[in-house]
Amino acid sequence: MQCDVCQSKEATVFLTQIVDGKMQKVNLCENCSKEKGVNDPTGFALTDLLLGLGASQEIEKSPSSVKCPICGFTQADFKKTGRLGCSNCYMVFTDGIGPMLKNMHKGTQHTGKTPAAFHKIREHSEKIKTLQENLTKAIEAEEFELAANLRDEIRQAEAALAS
Amino acid sequence: MKFSRIIANSGEWLSGDGPNRHIVVSSRVRLARNLRDKPFPGWAKKSERLEVMNSVKQAVECLPEMDESYSENLEALSPLEKQVLVERHLISREHAAKGVGSAVVMNAPQSLSVMINEEDHLRMQAIRCGLQLDNVFKMIDRVDTELESSLEFAYSAELGYLTACPSNVGTGMRASAMLHLPGLVMSDQINKIINSVNKIGLAVRGLHGEGTEAMGNLFQVSNQTTLGEAEEEIIGRLNRVIEQVIEHEQNARALLAQRKAITLHDQIGRAYGLLCHSYSISSKEALNLLSIIKLGIDLAVFPDAHRFPVDELFIETQPAHLQKDAQVVKMSSEERDALRATLIRAKLSQVPQPDIARLRLATPATTENQ
Repeated sequence: MQCDVCQSKEATVFLTQIVDGKMQKVNLCENCSKEKGVNDPTGFALTDLLLGLGASQEIEKSPSSVKCPICGFTQADFKKTGRLGCSNCYMVFTDGIGPMLKNMHKGTQHTGKTPAAFHKIREHSEKIKTLQENLTKAIEAEEFELAANLRDEIRQAEAALAS
Repeated sequence: MKFSRIIANSGEWLSGDGPNRHIVVSSRVRLARNLRDKPFPGWAKKSERLEVMNSVKQAVECLPEMDESYSENLEALSPLEKQVLVERHLISREHAAKGVGSAVVMNAPQSLSVMINEEDHLRMQAIRCGLQLDNVFKMIDRVDTELESSLEFAYSAELGYLTACPSNVGTGMRASAMLHLPGLVMSDQINKIINSVNKIGLAVRGLHGEGTEAMGNLFQVSNQTTLGEAEEEIIGRLNRVIEQVIEHEQNARALLAQRKAITLHDQIGRAYGLLCHSYSISSKEALNLLSIIKLGIDLAVFPDAHRFPVDELFIETQPAHLQKDAQVVKMSSEERDALRATLIRAKLSQVPQPDIARLRLATPATTENQ
């Protein structure tokens, strides 16, 4: 069996770790295991190592021709480094990154801190959504005066969002 | 502020006081942030890195927290100076390997430091003494919020803060505590503890983080995942686990004192003897023995007044710290081992011999429910 890291030498160190009920396996040769500090399996987090390996296979789900328009990063580059090129890469390679994040984290939706600039955007887009629902209802009920007011409010909110 | 002035004093986290100080050496929270649509440092060209560094550095230097600060480009630091910062946990080993296009900014008490162009554009950390992750998080959270007004961070409503490595995406937060666990090591329970902490999705690492060996019975516990949980939830989870580990460590110490008293006395006595009388000592041996002296102070075998000098030795005996005051440009490891032994002998000559009769446990023994 080949070493998962250098892909050349014979693997002699076999590691299996169960984190959060998910099993992760890695096979290493003597040199790579030393290099990665795997002398004490208990003090060692496989996820860190697996990032560069398992992760690269996941991202292959994106078509190979895809290139980030902002930074020129390709999936071949990710395979080499295990790191992305720029923040926009998350949008470009979203098909490959999605399942990888699912394996790596507790969830796939951020629930933590939001920058203040996004508070405003979130507030306004939620407000517009509600107003639009009310507008549809008002039109259905033929309450045109209310509808006209709602339309003006939506315009205002949209203008605020754009500013 | 000059490099020599900032390192003349030990960091606030070493000399200060905090909850559970006898077991939790320090609490640290690190946030990873990047600028929107700018290539991450590992992918950026030199000119792009310099551009990001200049704008970020200026924003960081303008923070009220950085009123009195030390700020330097990495290429201006010697390998020795970089290593001193690594030993103080102010920059990472990865950051020390960087040169042109990377920088570091830290405040005078060394409780805040911002690495610019490490793996991410910004890696900012706050570090305090004892177990106070909540306070430490508030500190770094405020810095982050202040920086928001001058820098546009890469953020998506779905994935949160976007980072170079997908393993940091979401909160971009790594919260960790450095634990001193001689009781669990001496009673062979440490692997059991590490395994169970790993099983619940937290990482346990050695002294200097990823892939490093545990020395001086020091272990870092930190969160593994960053997406799907809010910062407060992650810290809450970490706190609960650390509190349990503290309890296990206290029980282990109590058990050692009651059932293996001779072994415990012997270990403390030998550690004191070796440190007082060695003329050449490696950094690893020194840390392991100092850990036992620290345990001795916790157990009142040595007077508490010696806590700070001993804690300081944990840092001062590290290779780069030893060399920083020496006039020699480059020392061999033999010369360092000799110098280290001299430094330790000098400091320990102030510490009286262990008084085993005074041994008492810091907390009521809870040994019956083992």
